[in-house]
Amino acid sequence: MMTSALFRRLSVMLLCYAAAAHAQLSIEITGAGANRLPIAVADFAGERIVSQALTSVVRADLERSGLFQLTDPGALPLAESTVVNYADWKNRGADALAVGSVTPVSSGAASRYETRFLLHDVQKQAALGGQTYVSNATQLRAAAHRVADYIYEQLLHEPGIFSTRIAYVVKSTGRYELQIADADGMNAQTALASREPIISPTWSPDGTHLAYVSFEAKKPIVYVHSLATGRRHVAANFKGSNSAPAWSPDGKKLAVVLSKDGGSQMYLVNADGSGLVRLASSAGIDTEPQFSPDGQFIYFTSDRGGSPQIYRIPAGGGDAQRITFEGSYNVTPRLSPDAKSMAYVTRNNGRFQLALMDLATKQSLVLTDTTKDESPSFAPNGRMIIYATEVGGRGVLAAVSSDGRVKQKLSVQAADVREPSWGPFVK
Amino acid sequence: MRKLFPAVLASLILAACGSQPPAPEQSGAKVEDRTPAAVKADSTPVAPASAGEYSLAMLKDPKSILSKRSVFFDFDQYVIKDEFKSLVEAHGHMLVANPQVKMLIQGNADERGSREYNLALGQKRAEALKKTLILLGAKEAQVEAVSLGEEKPRCTEHDETCWAENRRDDMLYSGEF
Repeated sequence: MMTSALFRRLSVMLLCYAAAAHAQLSIEITGAGANRLPIAVADFAGERIVSQALTSVVRADLERSGLFQLTDPGALPLAESTVVNYADWKNRGADALAVGSVTPVSSGAASRYETRFLLHDVQKQAALGGQTYVSNATQLRAAAHRVADYIYEQLLHEPGIFSTRIAYVVKSTGRYELQIADADGMNAQTALASREPIISPTWSPDGTHLAYVSFEAKKPIVYVHSLATGRRHVAANFKGSNSAPAWSPDGKKLAVVLSKDGGSQMYLVNADGSGLVRLASSAGIDTEPQFSPDGQFIYFTSDRGGSPQIYRIPAGGGDAQRITFEGSYNVTPRLSPDAKSMAYVTRNNGRFQLALMDLATKQSLVLTDTTKDESPSFAPNGRMIIYATEVGGRGVLAAVSSDGRVKQKLSVQAADVREPSWGPFVK
Repeated sequence: MRKLFPAVLASLILAACGSQPPAPEQSGAKVEDRTPAAVKADSTPVAPASAGEYSLAMLKDPKSILSKRSVFFDFDQYVIKDEFKSLVEAHGHMLVANPQVKMLIQGNADERGSREYNLALGQKRAEALKKTLILLGAKEAQVEAVSLGEEKPRCTEHDETCWAENRRDDMLYSGEF
């Protein structure tokens, strides 16, 4: 079969490119929250023995969130056993303080490290709690992200996203790479390299697979790709175009858009490519499906009313309900994890901008001042939305908080970055 | 095969000689008169005389309208404009005259807005052209309509001249895709 030949050819590419060095995704903070929580993260005792300073990763995470103000932790490392002088830290302007240690633990040949830390609430003059993580040298960054996640959750009462990953497509001359990086842009790895476009990557709810559309066979075909093994299979390859995959919340099915019966229409298919059923019928374009977090509805873009607008239908089929009414171009609905709001792209006077609608009141807020926004994707805690846009003629990724205040720009030198998808929480 | 050919030819001539005196050949019937063995060798099918004006060579002949392979669209539209009717008709006739030939129509969109919506828009454009070709007599199985959305722009500047060039269907024939 053609697909198996393709598969072989691509496996080769996977092998060749996986080891190549990659331009780093660099993150620039361009806006911060109004009320940032002042926190001091002291150097952890013993962390200088390892090649990278763990607490610099923790501080960078907290700083990048736009929700913390990093205050001077002083020059001395402080272990979790330190007796904290709260009055002193209050005078230094910190509302919270993290202290800890990194110790080598002898367990066989491989060197492993134990990271212990304790978070203090300076205002309440009490320890809030701490954690211990054991990791090898290459996992120390991951341990740092977990420390930052713990601090974030204890102080802001919502889960942090520093341990999550993002997928995106890098386009350089004649080459497309589907890459996966840590949420701080580090450790970028190429899952797929191709001479033809790759679009619409989207994470399975358990974070083990990506579904995407690849044009490697000169037409759009939907694939499901296992990140651990690099193996993949065709989820939809029918006559015409196959695109816009969206996972059901249980990870068992994909909503896809096919043109096999004429027009671009929505179907449901099992993730292994079996059991295709049609979801809806319209005379126009139906595309960009996304399940609501409870799996009850599918939101999508349709031009059935004469211009592209956002609608929803029950996931089991039924009548469509129109969601957007203002303006003549509203596309790419993406629901927040709490299902209370919807990010989408709207056109105002020729500018394509990311907007957020409160689904209860139907009030919308434009979140950006860029003009070519595309492909929004919520962080799993709902705090940030990553999207693609253009700055200085180059494709970049940007992230904005759902209140529009915190802003970041993520770019790769000498290449276009696009099609971001924020991965789920790491278990 | 090559080496055998003179022998086959010779036996054919002998066979012809052995039966009856050759009848005066009628013009236009030459090809049909060949024996099946000769056809099997390496010849390509020849179009019926009525469609003789649509030979595959014309697809690459700059003097022929058939060398033009693109149809352009207005912003956010997928209606085939009148100015492209004669071009589409010529390609429709080409498909009818050469039923063994297949066509892939690739619909395209300009870069503005959602990639997936643009993919759907390109699909609509490709299907509008396919529908017209089928009305002209092309067979359903002969034509596949797919979309490249905004992913393969022919022109990469960010202005209307370029965008107009990218709102386009391309017609590819067997061997070109």
